[in-house]
Amino acid sequence: MAIELKEVTKTVGVDTHIYPTSIKLEEGRFNILLGTTLSGKTTLLRLMAGLERPTSGEIWFKGQNVTGMAVQKRKVAMVYQQFINYPNFSVYDNIASPLKVVRMPKKEIDARVQKVAELLKIQPMLRRMPAELSGGQQQRVALARALIKESDLVLLDEPLANLDYKLREELREELPKLFHDSGATVVYATTEPAEALLLGGYTATLHEGSFTQYGPTSSVYRDPKDLLSARVFSDPPINTAAISKRGDSFHYNETVSWKAKGKYASLPDGDYIVGFRPHHITLVPDNDEAVRVSGKVVVTEISGSESVIHMSVGGDTWVSLSHGIHPLKRGEAVELFVQTDHCFYFDANEQIIG
Amino acid sequence: MKMPKWLVPTLYILFLLLPIYWLVSMSFKTTNEILGTFSLWPQEFTLANYITIFTDPTWYNGYFNSLTYVGMNTLLSVSVALPAAYAFSRYRFLGDKHLFFWLLTNRMAPPAVFALPFFQLYSAVGLFDTPIAVALAHCLFNIPLAVWILEGFMSGVPKELDETAYVDGYSFGRFFIRIFIPTIAAGIGVVMFFCFMFSWVELLLAKTLTSVAAKPIAATMTRTASTAGYELGLLAAAGTLTIIPGAFVIWFVRNHIAKGFALGRV
Repeated sequence: MAIELKEVTKTVGVDTHIYPTSIKLEEGRFNILLGTTLSGKTTLLRLMAGLERPTSGEIWFKGQNVTGMAVQKRKVAMVYQQFINYPNFSVYDNIASPLKVVRMPKKEIDARVQKVAELLKIQPMLRRMPAELSGGQQQRVALARALIKESDLVLLDEPLANLDYKLREELREELPKLFHDSGATVVYATTEPAEALLLGGYTATLHEGSFTQYGPTSSVYRDPKDLLSARVFSDPPINTAAISKRGDSFHYNETVSWKAKGKYASLPDGDYIVGFRPHHITLVPDNDEAVRVSGKVVVTEISGSESVIHMSVGGDTWVSLSHGIHPLKRGEAVELFVQTDHCFYFDANEQIIG
Repeated sequence: MKMPKWLVPTLYILFLLLPIYWLVSMSFKTTNEILGTFSLWPQEFTLANYITIFTDPTWYNGYFNSLTYVGMNTLLSVSVALPAAYAFSRYRFLGDKHLFFWLLTNRMAPPAVFALPFFQLYSAVGLFDTPIAVALAHCLFNIPLAVWILEGFMSGVPKELDETAYVDGYSFGRFFIRIFIPTIAAGIGVVMFFCFMFSWVELLLAKTLTSVAAKPIAATMTRTASTAGYELGLLAAAGTLTIIPGAFVIWFVRNHIAKGFALGRV
């Protein structure tokens, strides 16, 4: 086990940033902390790095209690959202700095800098100063500095958020491979569900200072434990509706009903919550399991080849992500199809059923 | 009628430079010429005034004394202000904002207010008539200014830079000297310039706190009459020489200052 948090909390003044939190991150895994702004991602990373002390609880690193240990002794590496490099050092010296601090022989430093620079494709820039580089290159230098230490724990705090689209895609592809090959345990904080899915690995969903779920990324996405986890891991946001089950069908608003199938057939009658992601409510039905609902268009956003349709149905507002360009007007009546075979069912306490 | 574009700036620059020209031109005249005739340039060009200043210890010691306390003051102010500004920019503590503002209020009182207490205090502890007395007295207004300016520069550096250095294994001291100070070098340049300037031009405290041994040039220069009568040529030469260090410093830090004005709190 690389790092373990045991009942860690963090309060600053009267604000609670982290509620009692326990998590074990296995060695060599690529972990993603997924949560909105202010959900506590950065605080957790800072606690793991040792930049902040937990208010209570313990942090264990490779079988050793490191709760009060100074950050300099922790052997971790961290990369921030802003491109942080030492402005007065050349790119070479920036990358070499963690090794120079521990007085490694010059020859070895040189060999390692060349190797890391090659991995991150910044070899031609080694003699330049950070300010002369583009944003993407600056972040590559910061990543190189994190990589060269060969530390066991690498913390990445939204490292791609300040990059433009193309560079972000490029680096996102390289990142998991880079750190996989180094064998380090990585903790990667991000606000974007899509990014978590692209990066793979393991995901912990965070909401207001608490973990809601932790597991392999795709299974956290496919099988949310509760409504909160599903909400955190959905963009555009997941749609929900209060439904009731009577006999062998689910009913919504007394106007829409569909058969309860499989494991849901045996559910006792009563009130439930249904959740479905925006791409499972579309203008064209996918298959026979689709249920028709009608509502009014609130607003339509069109991006290239997809349309995001916000609609109101009864008292609920739902978001649909449909293929094709559908310039629907505000207030227009619209019929959409919900893929009931992709719905999540939650009980009254918002816990998943099944 | 259209006014030529160059007219206004030219008039303005002439207006600004006239007193300086008059001073320089006087310094090459004899006192008799200055008092006797109105001449736009020296009729009898003489270097005698400058020769006197560079050979007479009562004159050149004035420069030496002034540069000594100005240098001391600049070093003192910067070395005290660096950690203070760092604390203000990086930490929250009880009353930090009030303390920070209070620092500035020290600049609001005229130095004359402090002349008497300083005189009494330094006489009592035996610091009277030493360069360090003037250097310390000038800290009164230079340190707050230095803290204020440096805090602006330091707050422009993200605190993530500090943290990255700690994560990389740097100790605080090593980070501060190897990384942080070079990062805010432009700010330090600006601060040194201002400390130098304010200390160099301050006359009242410098005059009050010295008598013979540490007498600054400004004190020597402003006596209008001596045993030899009026020495206007000599005084003008001294004045010209007094402008030079300031111009020199500005020349050196001009790039830093431009950067400083763009980045920090000046």
